[in-house]
Amino acid sequence: MAIYSERVMEHFMNPRNVGEIENPDGIGEVGNPICGDMMTFYIKVKDNRLDDVKFKTFGCGAAIAVSSMASEMAKGKTLDEVMKITPELVADELDGLPKQKLHCSNLGAQALHKAIENYRENHKKGKDNDRE
Amino acid sequence: MKKVYLDNVSTTRLTVEVRQAMLPYFDENFGNPSCVHEWGDIAKEGIESARNQVAQLIGGTAEEIIFTGSGTESNNFAIKGLALAHQKKGKHIIISAIEHFSVLHSAKTLGKWGFDVSLVPVDKYGLVDPEDVRRRIRKDTILVSIMHANSEVGTIEPIEHISQITKESEVILHTDAIATAGTIPVNVQKLGVDALSLASNQFYGPKGAGALWLRQGVRINPLIDGGVQEDGRRAGTENVPAIIGSGKAAELAYDSMTTRIEHLVNLRDRLLSEIPSTIDHVVITGHPKHRLPGNASFCIEFIEGEAMLMLLNSKGIAITSGSACTSRALKASHVLIAMSIPHAIAQGSLLFGFGIDNSSEDVDYVLEVLPPIVEKLRQMSPLYSKFLKRGK
Ligand code: FES
Repeated sequence: MAIYSERVMEHFMNPRNVGEIENPDGIGEVGNPICGDMMTFYIKVKDNRLDDVKFKTFGCGAAIAVSSMASEMAKGKTLDEVMKITPELVADELDGLPKQKLHCSNLGAQALHKAIENYRENHKKGKDNDRE
Repeated sequence: MKKVYLDNVSTTRLTVEVRQAMLPYFDENFGNPSCVHEWGDIAKEGIESARNQVAQLIGGTAEEIIFTGSGTESNNFAIKGLALAHQKKGKHIIISAIEHFSVLHSAKTLGKWGFDVSLVPVDKYGLVDPEDVRRRIRKDTILVSIMHANSEVGTIEPIEHISQITKESEVILHTDAIATAGTIPVNVQKLGVDALSLASNQFYGPKGAGALWLRQGVRINPLIDGGVQEDGRRAGTENVPAIIGSGKAAELAYDSMTTRIEHLVNLRDRLLSEIPSTIDHVVITGHPKHRLPGNASFCIEFIEGEAMLMLLNSKGIAITSGSACTSRALKASHVLIAMSIPHAIAQGSLLFGFGIDNSSEDVDYVLEVLPPIVEKLRQMSPLYSKFLKRGK
């Protein structure tokens, strides 16, 4: 498919970190309002770092490559570092995306950030409970 | 790697005979058909015999054929040209919701020019109910345009019935027969239409060669002004080799139609029955009976079309999809949406278009390659895991 870079194709053909995590520490689910697609990220957190990341995606080739790349970029990073991963960074790592596919890269970063927010919420509650 | 072309909906491969017929007109017979000398005469004779061949294909007369540069141009010409020529009578036109963009967008342009456009809906098979056309006809209706068949879902529309209604109301009926002319029997008298568009690249002829058949006596406004080519209705030096090719392709299509149809139907029916029996949660789109012979279209649930296309392409199979992600506008196919197919399901659209070069081995290959691709994408799909956990 000539519209995609080799890196996009490579991640699309062999996506990393596909799947779900049982009892994840955080889940981030986003839908794509433009074309109706969906992405879910599952994270495991250890010492303030993403110990494990897994995803499931319903969407085009770019959306799958974006999820795979975003999961790879996030793995092992601290929560704050992951919050700094932007759609542009993901697209850059993939050697660019066609213009009409840039919105797919928003999904990856959004889903990751949502998973972390979800973890932080759960975690806060956990702390409150500890205190009692 | 094995290569299987199953995108004959997008375009078909030129046959050897058509190419042979075209070749002399690139150099040896290079003349301009408008010129009054030997070179001009030879080119002129060539396009006039092509005109006869195309007329024969659809049961019209040669004088009624106007050559154009594409099916899209034919549709633009019919919609805009007929509306402009008859606007004194009224400014209302009727089209179906599943027309090709060349009709839909021409109608939209007419809307900007002060015309009123009504859309006729379709049922879940993509079929137009002629009574829905009748209900929309008004005093100021001048034109109805309903496609003969929709290439995306294969449904063939009841044009013969619609033409009875337009005749009663004395409204001009145009049909976009780009998916049918040269593929199934098309006869303008039987259909009862006043104008019909066709394109040669849909039946193993060259690209850049379309035609509009316009019933004798029906007025039309030219869209391209200039010289007197095509009886003053379409100016510009003719694309002679392409026209010659479209004539030859029309002749071949006419002569071998029955055997071609039989061949296509066999392949189509195998796929229509075997894909749903090898893969779960598959919806066949389009009409079960009134269907183009080479069209097998599906929606594969829980996954998206472009991703399937890419994986199929990596295995050498070329097809197309009506998924939102494959369209530049990122909107699901208006055809599937008009058929009330939910967006999430429309995302899994796959369209196999068989051609005369395809064989039963091609079907075998699809049936071997597609199920693991579907499985791979479903393993990645959050919709599928949700479905497995809680049902639909
Ligand atoms: S997910 Fe629909 S275009 Fe990328």
